[in-house]
Amino acid sequence: MNTHEKARIQEEFQQRMDYDELLNCMRCGFCLPSCPTYLETGKDEAHSPRGRIALMKGVVDGNIEPDEEVKKSLDMCLGCRACEPVCPSGVNYGHLLEEARDIIYQNQKTPFFQKIIRKIAFKGLFPKPKRLRRLTSLLRFYQKSKLQKIVRTLKLTKILPSTYRLMEKVLPVVPKMKEAEKRQKVLEPFSKKKKRVAFFTGCLMDSMFLSTNQSTIKLLQYAGCEVVIPDNQICCGALHGHSGEKEQAKEMAKKNIEAFENLNVDYIITNAGGCGAFLNDYHHLLKDEEEWTERATSFDQKIKDISSLLVELNFHKQSLKLPYQIVTYQDSCHLKNGQQTFMEPRQLLDSVQGTDYVEMKDASRCCGSAGIYNLVQTEMSMKILDYKMKQTRATHANVIVTANPGCLLQMKMGIEKEGLADKMRAVHIVDYLVEAYEYSKNERVS
Amino acid sequence: MLPDEVKEQIIEIVGEQDFQDSYTNKLVYSYDATPQFQAMPDAIVAPHNTEQIAQIVKVCNRFKIPIVPRGSGTNLSAGTTPLEGGVVLLFKHMDKILEIDEENLTITTQPGVITQEIINQVEERGLFYPPDPGSLNISQIGGNINENSGGLRGLKYGVTRDYVLGLEAVLPNGEILHTGGKLAKDVAGYDLTRLLVGSEGTLGIITEATLKLLPLPPAKKTALTLFEDIHMAAKAVSDIIAHKIIPATLEFLDQPTIKVVEEFSKVGLPTHAKAVLLIEQDGDSHKVEQDIKSISTICKQNEAFEVHVAQTKEEAEALTTARRAALSALSRLKPTTILEDATVPRSEIANMVKAINNIAEKYELDICTFGHAGDGNLHPTFLTDVRNKEEIERVEKAFEEIFITAVELGGTITGEHGVGAMKSPYLHLKLGEAGINTMKQLKLALDPNQIMNPGKMFAKSNRKKVVIKHEYA
Ligand SMILES: Cc1cc2nc3c(=O)[nH]c(=O)nc-3n(C[C@H](O)[C@H](O)[C@H](O)COP(=O)(O)OP(=O)(O)OC[C@H]3O[C@@H](n4cnc5c(N)ncnc54)[C@H](O)[C@@H]3O)c2cc1C
Ligand code: SF4
Ligand code: SF4
Repeated sequence: MNTHEKARIQEEFQQRMDYDELLNCMRCGFCLPSCPTYLETGKDEAHSPRGRIALMKGVVDGNIEPDEEVKKSLDMCLGCRACEPVCPSGVNYGHLLEEARDIIYQNQKTPFFQKIIRKIAFKGLFPKPKRLRRLTSLLRFYQKSKLQKIVRTLKLTKILPSTYRLMEKVLPVVPKMKEAEKRQKVLEPFSKKKKRVAFFTGCLMDSMFLSTNQSTIKLLQYAGCEVVIPDNQICCGALHGHSGEKEQAKEMAKKNIEAFENLNVDYIITNAGGCGAFLNDYHHLLKDEEEWTERATSFDQKIKDISSLLVELNFHKQSLKLPYQIVTYQDSCHLKNGQQTFMEPRQLLDSVQGTDYVEMKDASRCCGSAGIYNLVQTEMSMKILDYKMKQTRATHANVIVTANPGCLLQMKMGIEKEGLADKMRAVHIVDYLVEAYEYSKNERVS
Repeated sequence: MLPDEVKEQIIEIVGEQDFQDSYTNKLVYSYDATPQFQAMPDAIVAPHNTEQIAQIVKVCNRFKIPIVPRGSGTNLSAGTTPLEGGVVLLFKHMDKILEIDEENLTITTQPGVITQEIINQVEERGLFYPPDPGSLNISQIGGNINENSGGLRGLKYGVTRDYVLGLEAVLPNGEILHTGGKLAKDVAGYDLTRLLVGSEGTLGIITEATLKLLPLPPAKKTALTLFEDIHMAAKAVSDIIAHKIIPATLEFLDQPTIKVVEEFSKVGLPTHAKAVLLIEQDGDSHKVEQDIKSISTICKQNEAFEVHVAQTKEEAEALTTARRAALSALSRLKPTTILEDATVPRSEIANMVKAINNIAEKYELDICTFGHAGDGNLHPTFLTDVRNKEEIERVEKAFEEIFITAVELGGTITGEHGVGAMKSPYLHLKLGEAGINTMKQLKLALDPNQIMNPGKMFAKSNRKKVVIKHEYA
């Protein structure tokens, strides 16, 4: 960063950072034991929530410059928001982080190559569902043709950094994208109609994890929901919002609000913790645009995670069963810390007959996936993953259930990394529940 | 900045990894939980053992570089704010429990162990370490010892001081001192252990501690009693003790405090009560049952309109955990919360509560009060905004008046949070000329160059709260 950039960042910090919120932190340190980066750095205050807030305030107060090290501290943050529910003062850390990152990224010269990549990803790809699907189809082609085999036999992936190599191994086998395109816009419930809900399909969930989306729809139908899928919806913008591309995120928010308005539904259902937490915070994202705040607020209030809806509809009291296995649950940070949904998934898993639910130690600690964190902060991410796998192993689980695509991939990487692939699998809670529902149904039929 | 020579020598001792002096690092060690105080250190050093600390101290003493030992930085008296710069000493590598001796009922630990970890480890073995400051989830035992911290169980079990049997400390000249030991009795020489406990890092660096343990009481019950009138609650406290019942915990919360704590913890605290007492008794189950019954009766005689006894262990735990969050939760209400720690004899609690409210009214300030009512230690907390200079001035005047009132009632200016830089201007109120002089002589005898945590404990004429040279490259 040059002096000019630093000065501009500092100025914007002074204009844009919410000083009341910064002062709201009374530096009690109650958040420190929950922060994964604080713990993994061997208790380095610069990588703690209290330290990061102090740095933001230090920049506003003009006590320090926003130099590379300040940026490093903010970059190293997972954005997992584990520091929020434990904070007695109620500091909205996530908002502070988002704003700070946006200021830094918007005012800092990024290297040309990185800029292009960011531009393609953030502007050209994620907001454009069709393009994203086409790209995913390429992945399918890679997986289905002999290419993947050839690459693997020749060990061509060796040139990739280890995380990418692991990633290549664990990416799900992508279904045909046509399935998404020919999907109906309104689907009837399989049993008596209890609710009318809209389904937020997401970007990654509706391409790479399309089969989980299809399961979600099925599950909603099983649970008695009429499902509406508006086709003008787009990516939620979380990735943008968390990576310093706030303006783009706002545009996407507006498109989604429009897409889901006037559908006359009880809820808007999500199946990705990360999306849900960003969606239900649109009113904050758009707080400076008066004409949008009311619309955003009524949108936010409808957002509900699938597990929370299922419990509301007493789905866990239906007959669910699977062959014996030990199950454990890895919280999605943003589902827990951003949507206070953590009991419901456990309730659902606990209700599957024939299985044992074993809670892992520190289940709510981040797995280190955190958006694209595992690709850009690989070292820290892998340390955090190692800790997670240690706790998972201790449960002797056969299945790790997650509630967010990022977590799912990360847990799959963990299993691969530990060489546990023959003993353990990672699944999305939706797929697991469909399995349990159908297994039980088939058993009854036969 | 440290002289190059000093920097080189310290790096020689601890290694590059554990010496930091970037702007970022200096900033994040420039504060503690005390509002309004901030100052940059020159470096942050994380030694691995006592020997390294002794060497560092020798270097600093030779060059007259201040040393500020820092636990988790949760103290409320600006005890770890490096007002005169120098080296901040961290104990993150010295965080091991060394021994739990089940025969002598002691635990020996390094200073960097988190209080809660000690409690967990000993309770697993059916043993009990009673001091439980509200911050126990994050505070270090070294910090507890140096602040002589109290806690929720202070009424019956005393404070940290009552559990420290022996210490290892590095003195300001670099010598390593051993005091006390695993002994129930020991009158060999001056009681240096007690001198070091509560010395706030001004006399030396604690590198190891041996603490006393008790058998874990078999039963425990927690009750919440609700009052319409804050003074009746205070009177109930005095009455309970006058009836020769000493509960383990007797905490007081006023209505505004109850409201914010409930907002955070959602454990179902009664936000309609004007005041509540959180009462806990432990011991053998028969006695506990009996005491809780008597306490309920006494509270009702003092116009408590409801007495609720927690039905499960989890419920009881939730209530005490919620209480621990009180101070931080109050900062939801206003940007700055400044809290007081004046303590009076138990019998004066009702008078003190009255006086506090009168003073707040006189200076037109928002105040919430909670605290360890059972041991006369209240935490009246002013809700204010550091940016409002005029109001802050009134807060400081109100402070002074509270201190004076407390001392007049036979109390003290601080019960458990320590003097630090925050209360040093008022220390003479409690100690008088002779007291301050004795302390000064002790300090100079042990630390003639005044390198240990300077600017704390002793008032300076030119007192500064914020010492920041803008740290730019
Ligand atoms: C929300 C909240 C609630 C609290 N509740 C209570 C309570 O109920 N009771 C209570 O008594 N206090 C309470 N406190 C105050 C504070 O937590 C205690 O004083 C605690 O003991 C400080 O521990 P620490 O590890 O944070 O020490 P620090 O704040 O880092 O240090 C405290 C003092 O000890 C010195 N020190 C630390 N380690 C060493 C060492 N190894 N050698 C020499 N000197 C050392 C420091 O220089 C400083 O003077 C509370 C604070 C907060 C924020
Ligand atoms: S818990 Fe909240 S108030 Fe306390 S230090 Fe952390 S962010 Fe600040
Ligand atoms: S968001 Fe997560 S990583 Fe970041 S400061 Fe909070 S707890 Fe730590």
